[in-house]
Amino acid sequence: MPEVRVVNVAKKFDKILAVDNVSLQIHDKEYFCLLGPSGCGKTTLLRLIAGLVEPDKGEIYIENRLVNSVPPEDRGIGFVFQQYALFPHMNVWDNVTYGPRVKALGKKASKDIGREMLEMVKLFERLDAFPSELSGGMMQRVALARALAAGSKLLLLDEPLGALDAKIRNELRYELRKFAKDLELTGIHVTHDQAEAMAISDRIAVMRKGKILQIGTPQELYMNPQHIFVAHFIGESNFLEGYISKRTEKESTIELRGGLFVSTSDKTHKEGDKVVIAIRPEVLTVEKGEKRRTNSIFGQVEGFRFEGTNVRCQIRLENGDSVLVVRPALMTEWFNIGEKVTVSFPAEKSFVFPYPEKGLKKELALE
Amino acid sequence: MAHSGITRFLDSASSKSSVRYALYLGSITFFFALILIPPILGIFLKWNTMAETLRDPTLVSRATAAIYASFAIAIFVSVIDVVAGLPTAWLVARGRSRWLNVLDTFVDIPFIVPTATLGYSLLLFWSKPEGVSSLFGGSLVSPGWLLVILLHFAFSYPVVVRVMVGAILDYKREYEEAARTLGAPPLTTDRTVTLPILKPSLIASFTLAFARSVSETGATLMVAGVFFENGPIFIKKARDLGYEGPLVFVSFILIVISCAIFATIRLLGSRLKMPLRNVWPVAERKLSSSSVTAVRNSLSLFVFLLLVLIPSLFVALPAFLAMTNGTINQAVRGVGVWQGYWQSLILSYSVGFVVTMLNTLAGLPMAVLIARKRVGTTLSSILDVLVNIPLIVPSIALGTSLSIFWKSVAFIPEIGLLTFAHLSITYPYFVRSMAAAIERVNVDYDNAARTLGGRPFTVFRTIILPLTKYSLFAGAIMVFTRSVDETGATLAVVTQLRTAPVLLVEWVKGTVQATPLDIGLGCAILVLLSFIILLVSRLLVRGRY
Repeated sequence: MPEVRVVNVAKKFDKILAVDNVSLQIHDKEYFCLLGPSGCGKTTLLRLIAGLVEPDKGEIYIENRLVNSVPPEDRGIGFVFQQYALFPHMNVWDNVTYGPRVKALGKKASKDIGREMLEMVKLFERLDAFPSELSGGMMQRVALARALAAGSKLLLLDEPLGALDAKIRNELRYELRKFAKDLELTGIHVTHDQAEAMAISDRIAVMRKGKILQIGTPQELYMNPQHIFVAHFIGESNFLEGYISKRTEKESTIELRGGLFVSTSDKTHKEGDKVVIAIRPEVLTVEKGEKRRTNSIFGQVEGFRFEGTNVRCQIRLENGDSVLVVRPALMTEWFNIGEKVTVSFPAEKSFVFPYPEKGLKKELALE
Repeated sequence: MAHSGITRFLDSASSKSSVRYALYLGSITFFFALILIPPILGIFLKWNTMAETLRDPTLVSRATAAIYASFAIAIFVSVIDVVAGLPTAWLVARGRSRWLNVLDTFVDIPFIVPTATLGYSLLLFWSKPEGVSSLFGGSLVSPGWLLVILLHFAFSYPVVVRVMVGAILDYKREYEEAARTLGAPPLTTDRTVTLPILKPSLIASFTLAFARSVSETGATLMVAGVFFENGPIFIKKARDLGYEGPLVFVSFILIVISCAIFATIRLLGSRLKMPLRNVWPVAERKLSSSSVTAVRNSLSLFVFLLLVLIPSLFVALPAFLAMTNGTINQAVRGVGVWQGYWQSLILSYSVGFVVTMLNTLAGLPMAVLIARKRVGTTLSSILDVLVNIPLIVPSIALGTSLSIFWKSVAFIPEIGLLTFAHLSITYPYFVRSMAAAIERVNVDYDNAARTLGGRPFTVFRTIILPLTKYSLFAGAIMVFTRSVDETGATLAVVTQLRTAPVLLVEWVKGTVQATPLDIGLGCAILVLLSFIILLVSRLLVRGRY
């Protein structure tokens, strides 16, 4: 069964450490996403698993077999490239049956597999077409059929939807997951699109600067980010800087800039620690006027936008900080620019992180 | 950006379509009047002289044999070049050792060494007692067809390697990676995916090697010996004996067959099928092993060193001896055989300089016209094909035809004929290099500059030229070196004047009594000066941008 284990793997390109001592385990039949901003090392990690790049150190196991010195053709993988890499001099049929042919599965088997795969991706009628005659979505399907036709149970996908239009991308991402689940494959999918990763993954590894920051289900990463960058990259967050001014067994009181105080259920920091409090925009509530409540801060509306499902309200707080509030459009009041409001949030719905050594801006930077 | 009066005038004039089309028309006229028509049409003006040759069966069979030898050797050498050059190109492009940079540089050496020098160097290495023959107590390879093959292999090998290294480096490696992830071992991947995608470059490298082999004259004369004849040697002998009919006959056949072969390659090359469908997984996996790859790489290096590099550089040995035994003093004082040497060098470099300037000026509008399809897609494509003709016509046949044309049209001094011949031969090198470079510049850059208010000449000056400056320089250098190197067409058009390669051929053929040390030093000075000029112009260009 294609379970994948990566143990302390590192890879350097000249002076750039692309993958920095990474370890992870991907379970059999799991659809796993490597998610992170451009240049975080996710594609390198995928290529290391595929054998297209050799690690400088560490071990890679596929089905409990150490594959460090196994060439890509013997790793039993299927790989879908970002730009598809369909062989331009071969038609759809020759592309899809390439794997069975080079593996010498025999003419009949190659034919059967080719037919089955092309029917599955609904492109059998285009088997004579050359890649240059196909649309982006079709090329993506052929690339997938070709990777699956090689007979592997481990499917590696490098930003497979990256070159497609938004609408087709949204449709195909569910198809990809469905194919993987129907065929009982283990899938490792690289993407920089957190919405895509959230929508299709069983689990996600969030990467940054060659390291894995957190691995978890989409819900875990969203509801319980363990790293300030994860809180920033998965979904949206407002970040407010402050100090732990009081700590009890049940909660911590944080003094924000401008002498404002808020409570959180955090119990990991001690009094005097400099911290950053992260609050999801959809957790914040906003109401007209200045109404003193628990965990409430006064502010003024700076921007208000209707986005269909939601409205987005940018509010300048009385201490000068700015927060974004996202509320369902049908369930919220509408505000005018300059209007005075009160923003509040439940203490248990915020995340508190130690203030980053290199500064908040640098810690949240995508590059 | 400083604007001089001339620049402002050109900027403003370029807005008028009449001015632009006048420039393009001028460029097309230059091409037809000086580059294309004389070398093709001249031969037809002496059509009637061919009859006398056809009446002499001995002469016809000798001429046919010479023509056959030309094409047989060119095809054989080009095939061997591709077979031997491809693994070296692969090694240079894909290898990881830093020593491969050295190999990469060494591959270009036969490019820098003029073919006349290369010919003498090979003659020394393979045939003379000073070379490898000394180990075998005689002449290992006597002048004749085998030495001609070795020579043609040595000078066309770098063409194949250079073209293929570029193609492999430009090749999108994802295709190869995709094939590997689908289960194909390296050899199967290369055979079924990489090589078919690189097919246009393989055909291009074969074509260039073929054209060089068919065209080469000077060095071939040096190593041909007494009995071997190919087309160019036959023409040279016929010319020396004043036989106009056979000369016209062979030139005509060489031009026609060359054009026919290139037309066939162009038309059918893209349809050429490669063995794709069958795979032999077990055998190909074994042949992909690291030990087999190591043997292949070692063999490639051995072939390169033994058949190309060492023979090409062997001329350095007599040149070094000439430095120590006083020959150098004679050379500097210009006495004995050295009397005409320095004038011949000055003539070679002067003609090279003039030809480079003229072709750069006249070739630039043509390159823009072809790359940007300024006169319509069809006409631009036709011009693109026609520009290659001087490249594929054997140079001595080109010179012969050109000489006949101009002599029958007007009185043109020998220096004029020499310049025209060199213009014609070198023109495609510049235009092809520049047109390819301009094609690579995204046309949106031009459009963006135009929408920002740039006039056509401003756009050319500020966008296209800076982005293609290295190709411009490379094209100019190719024109210059090809002109300095040129022997075949030069022999066909001159009677009094002597360029350096022609003089060296005479020294080697014994027309002038020169010692091996004289010849070695003469060759070395030619190589050294070419190298210095290349280096200085490269430094000048680098300082400027």
